[in-house]
Amino acid sequence: MISVRRRVLALACMASSLALGACSGGQSADSGSGGDGIAVGVLQSLTGTMAISEITVKNAEMLAIEEINAAGGVLGRKITALVEDGASDPSTFAQKASKLIEDNGVATVFGGWTSASRKAMLPVFERTGNLLWYPVQFEGNECSPNIMYSGAQPNQQALPALQWAVGQGYKSYFLIGSDYVYPRTANLILKKHIEKDGLKVAGESYVPLGGTDFSGVIAKIQQAKPDIIINTLNGDSNVAFFKQMQAAGLSPTKLPVMSFSIGEQEAQAMGPRLVEGSYASWNYFQSLTLEDNAKFIAAYRKKYDANAAITDPMVHGYLNVYAWKAAVEKAGGFDPEKVRKAAATLGSFATPMGPVSFAANQSLVQKAYIGRLKADGQFEILSDSGEAIQPEPYDPLAFPGKSCTL
Amino acid sequence: MDSVALFLPQLFNGLSVASLYLLAAVGLALSFGLMRVINMAHGEMLMLGGYLAWLTLMVVPGAFGILLALPVAFLGTAAIGALVHMGLIRRLADRPLDTLLATWGLSLILQQAARDLFGAIGVEVRAPDWLAGSISLGDVVIPSARLMIIVMTLLVLGGIALMLNRSRIGLDIRAVNQDRMMASATGINVRKVELTVFCAGAGVAGLAGVLLALLGPVTPNAGQVYIVPAFLVVVMGGLGSLTGTSMAALILGLFSALAQIFFDVSIAQMLMLVLVILFLQIRPQGVVAVRSRALDV
Repeated sequence: MISVRRRVLALACMASSLALGACSGGQSADSGSGGDGIAVGVLQSLTGTMAISEITVKNAEMLAIEEINAAGGVLGRKITALVEDGASDPSTFAQKASKLIEDNGVATVFGGWTSASRKAMLPVFERTGNLLWYPVQFEGNECSPNIMYSGAQPNQQALPALQWAVGQGYKSYFLIGSDYVYPRTANLILKKHIEKDGLKVAGESYVPLGGTDFSGVIAKIQQAKPDIIINTLNGDSNVAFFKQMQAAGLSPTKLPVMSFSIGEQEAQAMGPRLVEGSYASWNYFQSLTLEDNAKFIAAYRKKYDANAAITDPMVHGYLNVYAWKAAVEKAGGFDPEKVRKAAATLGSFATPMGPVSFAANQSLVQKAYIGRLKADGQFEILSDSGEAIQPEPYDPLAFPGKSCTL
Repeated sequence: MDSVALFLPQLFNGLSVASLYLLAAVGLALSFGLMRVINMAHGEMLMLGGYLAWLTLMVVPGAFGILLALPVAFLGTAAIGALVHMGLIRRLADRPLDTLLATWGLSLILQQAARDLFGAIGVEVRAPDWLAGSISLGDVVIPSARLMIIVMTLLVLGGIALMLNRSRIGLDIRAVNQDRMMASATGINVRKVELTVFCAGAGVAGLAGVLLALLGPVTPNAGQVYIVPAFLVVVMGGLGSLTGTSMAALILGLFSALAQIFFDVSIAQMLMLVLVILFLQIRPQGVVAVRSRALDV
């Protein structure tokens, strides 16, 4: 009996330390400054509710690192990637960022998805003077010298989506989101603009991140009868939302839904038929016909999965690694302070989403596209912003008088 | 927003949420009442039920695959429940704290196994067309999937009540529940009774997993969302009582749905916790107090 008890205890300890992330570890560590290699951190959620979206971003970042190594590395040094799991939990992200920088001595970190994870990591990067390359669209209202924000600012995703919806004649808007900083702030900005345009906010509802009960939200939607729903739900909640909308007889073809966090891959995982006809606003769609895009898709599919869906944050994660390489080469070294200044003055560089550049506020100058999801899980591109949009972290209506100078 | 107009639809939604809570909680309540086992891996039975539904639909696509998935998931998770009981819980019979840790470990192992086997991003289970629609009753739109959940819950509840009150094994269960030693002395095979109850509880959770798949994602951590409300229901219901568990599920489901008329889902969940805490202050023994020897230590 005693041996059984010990075995079970050992099992339980093992399981609990796994849950707390105590005994996880990156791949082979390599000191950031010495030797032939240069260590960088890759920090995404490989488990938990956000894993659905973040694992592929990690894959894209690893692909870029592998390609750069195959072409000779950065300043003649091979990149060693230390992969860590943020486990969909902001405090884990902060812990792992601190571990990567202070224990492993990485030169920079690529990662993060939810704004909650970014906000949790921000103090770590500011304290250590390191640099985070953040690949996802977010709510703005933040301006740190220690983060390169390549994902869309609100004026590069949310506002172009609203402009498009206004142009389609939609007058009544229902805002639904996961309950954390990104949806709350994005909706604050959207509400200001909807009111300024003299249109109506029919309702606003938030569900905890990972929540799956939408019965109350849908009842409110049925009462409010909006023209369109603006959806800032993140992760698995989207599956529950669309399934329950369909069960209530409100498929996206009947009541339009504009989503900010559903890309090709989420659509594939949810089953495209469930979300067919819904709209999305991104800076990249897999269906973009660009030569660099075709090359990237082919390389990704060759390495990981022949049927993989490619999404906007994956491309941002991929281009972040290349931007870091170019900035390091321009700066002539790995010092984060010099690298970030070099990155902001790189000028235009080629990416799978076409040529982009970093502005002085360390956000990406990029186009916005509106797409409609087809039955095959790909987006039909309905409109684009024409010219690349300058990033604006502080919306003038929602945050008057604030500006970002770095 | 017109809160009066929201009342009827939310009443119905509350019933369907209560049904899911009940299906998720009933196995926990039964096994606690009988064995004083807190099974932290119970949520994973829901998750496995979802994956079994997905596997069944791969083999038998079409409109009625989901009906076949129900018995498949019930038997599949009941079989896994049997393994868990024989391999783990029986061996830790008199050590509730060790059981807690061991089943929690098992829960993490099952989640990781699902992640490795089926992928982290979850699988697609589509409601067939006859379940995807909705029925209109005046102003109230009733989704068929939610109606199906309520009906299934009533059937399961009726089935368990029949088993407990009318069958030989039910008599044995009640006997073991009242006095384990005496039951054993009269020749009842206590281990067999415990195994049956544990399997049935796991099976019902698997059934709930299939129904959940109609409304939510099927991912390795799908069970985690429902395990906390399930524990709340068990605690509030009075440990180990079927009537108490049903009433607690009803109270919590309706409360959560009706609170959502006035508040966000996040606030409604918080209020639900406050309700449970207050309720237990006033009535620590739960909705129905069970006179079970299993609870007298």
